[in-house]
Amino acid sequence: METEHASGAPVTGGATSRVARIVVPVIIGIVFLGVWEFLVHWLEVPKFVLPPPSKILDALLTDYATLGASMWNTLQITIAAFFVALVFGVTGAILFTQSRLFEISLFPYAVVLQVTPIVSIAPFILIWVGLDHTERALLILATIVAFFPILSNTTLGMKSVDHNLLNLFDLYHASRWQRLRYLQLPSAMPYLLGGMKISGGLALIGTVVAEFVAGSGTGTGLAWRIIESSNRLNIPRMFAALLLLSSLGVIIFFGLSAVETLLLRKWHESAVGREN
Amino acid sequence: MANTVSVLAQKAAAGEAGEIKRPLIRIDGVSKTYQNGTVALADVKLDVRSGEFLSLLGPSGCGKSTLLRMIAGLGTPSSGVIDWTQARYDVSGEPERSLGFVFQEPTLMPWATVFDNVYLPLKIAGVSRRDAADRIAEVVAMVGLEKFAQHYPRELSGGMKMRVSIARALAVKPRVLLMDEPFAALDEITRFKLNNDLLTLWQQQRWTVIFVTHSVYESVYLSNRIAVMNARPGRIMTEIAIDAPYPRDDSFRTSPVYNEFCRETSAELKRTMVEPGK
Repeated sequence: METEHASGAPVTGGATSRVARIVVPVIIGIVFLGVWEFLVHWLEVPKFVLPPPSKILDALLTDYATLGASMWNTLQITIAAFFVALVFGVTGAILFTQSRLFEISLFPYAVVLQVTPIVSIAPFILIWVGLDHTERALLILATIVAFFPILSNTTLGMKSVDHNLLNLFDLYHASRWQRLRYLQLPSAMPYLLGGMKISGGLALIGTVVAEFVAGSGTGTGLAWRIIESSNRLNIPRMFAALLLLSSLGVIIFFGLSAVETLLLRKWHESAVGREN
Repeated sequence: MANTVSVLAQKAAAGEAGEIKRPLIRIDGVSKTYQNGTVALADVKLDVRSGEFLSLLGPSGCGKSTLLRMIAGLGTPSSGVIDWTQARYDVSGEPERSLGFVFQEPTLMPWATVFDNVYLPLKIAGVSRRDAADRIAEVVAMVGLEKFAQHYPRELSGGMKMRVSIARALAVKPRVLLMDEPFAALDEITRFKLNNDLLTLWQQQRWTVIFVTHSVYESVYLSNRIAVMNARPGRIMTEIAIDAPYPRDDSFRTSPVYNEFCRETSAELKRTMVEPGK
């Protein structure tokens, strides 16, 4: 790790890069916010066009209770949708790999569901299930958005099993269940985790889009707070809600990345450091 | 020439006691034609004798791996029989083959430790981890990896991975060990070491080994008997008995006897490759 440049300056690596990976973006963020704050004041930009960061922070602190409750609602739907998508995606992948008939009959419809813009399905779902229970409609919509990457990644992973290992399992007369449990599912794990990282973000996006479409019917999520604040020209609060949404996305991403590293660090090339 | 060779082979089979043993596996008239019309094997006849170290030697594409896999029950012949004459038959009519298979690649599960990789065949057979622990420790020690039971495959060298693969094959106490060019991907030093270790284990455990290789030198070093195959279509051209005593070690590698057998085997191999396969 002590590789040195021709100039003699140590190349960043190991601990240095870990610190740098946090410090450098933070510095850039602070500089960016400072310039923003300064320009808004200097150019006298009206607050309803672009509020300075300080006003956004103000809005965040004043409306913390409302925004916090909204964030909690959005988060609940997102997490629920993610887990439902996980169950459906993995179950679907298992069915697809156990039976060719399942795959050829159902996969096209999974694709149709995936490629149809969620915004255009949303009104139907809202009418069918959402009139009394908007949150159910949100859950269904977010799940539809989130489940496809898990389905397709896990299916691919289960099909990418080492053929010799499959032969080995045949040789020892493994049952279908044993082959699934001991070989196909572990093989698919890196693929599944990759799919989960994509789906985590998509579940949030699906929830937000569904909230937008549902409009005042929900009245509780962060997306609705953005619409509401926009209608009242409370731009700082719009930004505050947006900030919370982004934070949710970031937390979900890093949370799932941590799960991935934890599960793969012992064996998968993606999670172990190179030794040279 | 072919006659002399088969007489030699019979003598070898008769062994020191002078009795001709019933073959463990009788391969008779086995052919394999793939759906695309490729003839992988044509009319293969071979007796595998109990306790012998038999090599299938031939150029690539001669069907030696296909034959080995069919002996293991992976794939069925298009015609002919592979008869496990001494096997008991289980309820489904499948012979109890009691065999271990070692692939050309180590074929380990990267997410499992050495212990768990070796445990796999026993796990599939429904043996609990606790009941299997002693046997696993035993076979892991046999291949010299007792200090690495908790390591993951990616932490091991190529030779060590192959040892794990062998240990896994041994976990079920097989009577027959089928090996498909197991050492082909290893460097020569490691290969020699594993050759020696394999011979030592074979002599201790008295397995029957069927060993697929394309190396004349490796087959002569290891085997009682070599079945020389040629390609397109794959068939067994001749059998050569390697009448040299065990234990064989590195001094055997440099002996005139060894060289003579290598020359003879090479000549046979060359002859079969010149002959147009019909």
